[in-house]
Amino acid sequence: MSGAVEDAVLILGARSDIARACAQRLARAGHPLMLAARDAATLAGDAEDLKLRHGVAVTCHDFDALATGDHAAFLDALPELPEIALCAVGLMGDQAESQRDPAAAIRVLRSNFEGPAVVLSLLAERFEARGSGTIVGISSVAGERGRASNYVYGAAKAGFTAWLSGLRNRFGRGPVRVITVLPGFVATSMTEGMDLPARLTAQPEEVAEAVYRAIRHRRDVVWVRPVWRVIMAIIRALPEPIFKKTRL
Amino acid sequence: MTALAGWGRYPRIDCAIAAPRDEAALAALIARGGAIARGMGRAYGDSALSATNTISMRHFKRFRAFDPATGVLEAEAGVTLAEIIETFLPRGWFPLVTPGTKFVSLGGAIAADVHGKNHHGAGSFGACVEWIELMGADGAVARATRDDDRFRWTLGGMGLTGVILRAAIRLQPVASGWIAQTTLPAPDLAAAIEAFEANMDAPYSVAWIDCATSGAARGRSLVMLGRHAAPEALPRAARRDPFAVPRRRLRRLPIDLPSGALNPLTLRAFNAAYWWAGARRAGAALVDWDRYFYPLDAIEGWNRLYGRRGFVQFQCALPLPAAREGLDALLRTIAARGAGSFLAVLKRFGAQEGRLSFPMEGYTLALDFPCNRESLNLMQTLDRITADHGGRFYLAKDARLDAATLHATDPRWSDFAEMRRRTGLAEAFASAQSRRLAL
Ligand SMILES: Cc1cc2nc3c(=O)[nH]c(=O)nc-3n(C[C@H](O)[C@H](O)[C@H](O)COP(=O)(O)OP(=O)(O)OC[C@H]3O[C@@H](n4cnc5c(N)ncnc54)[C@H](O)[C@@H]3O)c2cc1C
Ligand SMILES: NC(=O)c1ccc[n+]([C@@H]2O[C@H](COP(=O)([O-])OP(=O)(O)OC[C@H]3O[C@@H](n4cnc5c(N)ncnc54)[C@H](OP(=O)(O)O)[C@@H]3O)[C@@H](O)[C@H]2O)c1
Repeated sequence: MSGAVEDAVLILGARSDIARACAQRLARAGHPLMLAARDAATLAGDAEDLKLRHGVAVTCHDFDALATGDHAAFLDALPELPEIALCAVGLMGDQAESQRDPAAAIRVLRSNFEGPAVVLSLLAERFEARGSGTIVGISSVAGERGRASNYVYGAAKAGFTAWLSGLRNRFGRGPVRVITVLPGFVATSMTEGMDLPARLTAQPEEVAEAVYRAIRHRRDVVWVRPVWRVIMAIIRALPEPIFKKTRL
Repeated sequence: MTALAGWGRYPRIDCAIAAPRDEAALAALIARGGAIARGMGRAYGDSALSATNTISMRHFKRFRAFDPATGVLEAEAGVTLAEIIETFLPRGWFPLVTPGTKFVSLGGAIAADVHGKNHHGAGSFGACVEWIELMGADGAVARATRDDDRFRWTLGGMGLTGVILRAAIRLQPVASGWIAQTTLPAPDLAAAIEAFEANMDAPYSVAWIDCATSGAARGRSLVMLGRHAAPEALPRAARRDPFAVPRRRLRRLPIDLPSGALNPLTLRAFNAAYWWAGARRAGAALVDWDRYFYPLDAIEGWNRLYGRRGFVQFQCALPLPAAREGLDALLRTIAARGAGSFLAVLKRFGAQEGRLSFPMEGYTLALDFPCNRESLNLMQTLDRITADHGGRFYLAKDARLDAATLHATDPRWSDFAEMRRRTGLAEAFASAQSRRLAL
């Protein structure tokens, strides 16, 4: 059953700051880890650190979310089918570039939606066949309403959020559990150099704690900082004629 | 640009700060020149500030290897002593040397060559460092071992020889997470010194010293001795897991105290109360490692105690033959001004090797002052007394010393500055402190 400390966790996009914080938190609780990212060799230092600190088993695996044709083979090559899979893959891109250059927009859409959805689908099938498994998808509050400043990224995240919601609904009676994580601003490499309001900005460790608790307490949707739930409720409630004139 | 300061919150400087994630990004930053590494920002003054190029090492924080046979730990420079203790104390290991806060980085501990309550026996932090890996002005990384010039200039070199990336340090085996503490009340300075000299075999010793009281009780102190407790010495309940200690609630100083809250009256009252309370509790006690080594860490943000203007620390070391007379002169001056601080610390140093390290065989006195004109004036008087007694100053605590005094009292820094000019390190690495002190 998902949540026991001996359950192996697969982390997709393991070089992300949020993923690394999640790895620390889950290893601290005793979970063995499989770290997957592009160029997995660069994860060796993280893996060693996790083993030393927490005494858990850690393996590293090459994974490219955009190479969807390889995902099944990737999963089959893992040392075991994980009990928990967490996907932190994401790409913010540059909104102006995404507007100008279709290739850039496609990269953002595929990285945040298509890639994660494909690999998690394959995992869901395997979890269903086994009769257990937990899927944690890191989406974003940006998917709650499309805004001029980042609607390509936001649309991809909206798609991913809807997809996770559908998957959860499909397995509403089990055996697969699905958790949607909706962080607001997080201080990571993705947002480095941006001028973020401190009160609304979480540290990666905070996201990790929220993820860990969601796994433990079988939550469905997690807003990392509750204030974001309020903010997004207001933004969603704005009537379109007003909303379209705002700059948010 | 970000307004940055050290722990004393003075001076506060607008700095360009970046936090690289890998060596390539770090090398690119160093290439810009005028760079200084920053760890946890626990140095009191401007050691880890560069207006043009401050480099936070917070992303370099991986453990790399640990050898349970020897206790040697390899780690990246941004790892903190708190993390080291959290990870390795449950396995029976503790840092060989630790300063009065666990929230320092490995890089900061090496760069300042910090000392702890066991300096008289164990030496400074450098004693446990097997090697360091340093990125120099050209962005190349080289390992330096104890005999290398680069190693010796870096221990105590305050980040001015390059950026420490990784180091190997030897931890000490301990049998429990508890310290057997003995408190000896000393009614005046002479008694305090006697207590230190009579207890050179205690692994740890330190004194809280009352700097606010003049007259016969001048320099009265609570001398606190300690040693790692054997499991048999613990109460039955604690013996099952001798490394587990009660968790402390983290308290937070919610607001800045108004700058006038610390005045001669409150200071004298606090110091008197502290002394009497301590003297009443004198004798033996079992204290957990966190309370013993890091009493101040329990109050997050205690540096706001001194208000928005911040505070400055004075810390000098005096050579043994002149220590008693020098300390007496310092205390006389401090008490006469009605200055002084809540927590003044006196400590016996042992012999010290190291090209730039602060300690010397003798005594060290450290105390805080609120940052204002009177304090800064007073500290200049204290500088002179220190100089007259052959003493020296600790750069990790300094925010205001002048270059002439530093070079006159401690010519090692002149050699260091000359070496930096000769090797091109002076352009590559600089802090607000190194500029002020002509290093
Ligand atoms: C409450 C308190 C108690 C203290 N008690 C003691 C004590 O008992 N004994 C003692 O010796 N000190 C003591 N200190 C001072 C403290 O130990 C030193 O200032 C230490 O250097 C702080 O480490 P840091 O990681 O915060 O470094 P910072 O304050 O960030 O930097 C300090 C210096 O180290 C350099 N540095 C940091 N990281 C690197 C790196 N990776 N490579 C190269 N240079 C680097 C910086 O350039 C700077 O010169 C105390 C400080 C506080 C706040
Ligand atoms: N930071 C925020 O404010 C914030 C807010 C809400 C949601 N989120 C979401 O949180 C998640 C983690 O992001 P983060 O903040 O930790 O930023 P991050 O460090 O930039 O992490 C994003 C990660 O996604 C990986 N990735 C991108 N494309 C990939 C691909 N094709 N294949 C494999 N991995 C790929 C990246 O790998 P490489 O290292 O190989 O580039 C990177 O490690 C993302 O989904 C992000 O959208 C972040």
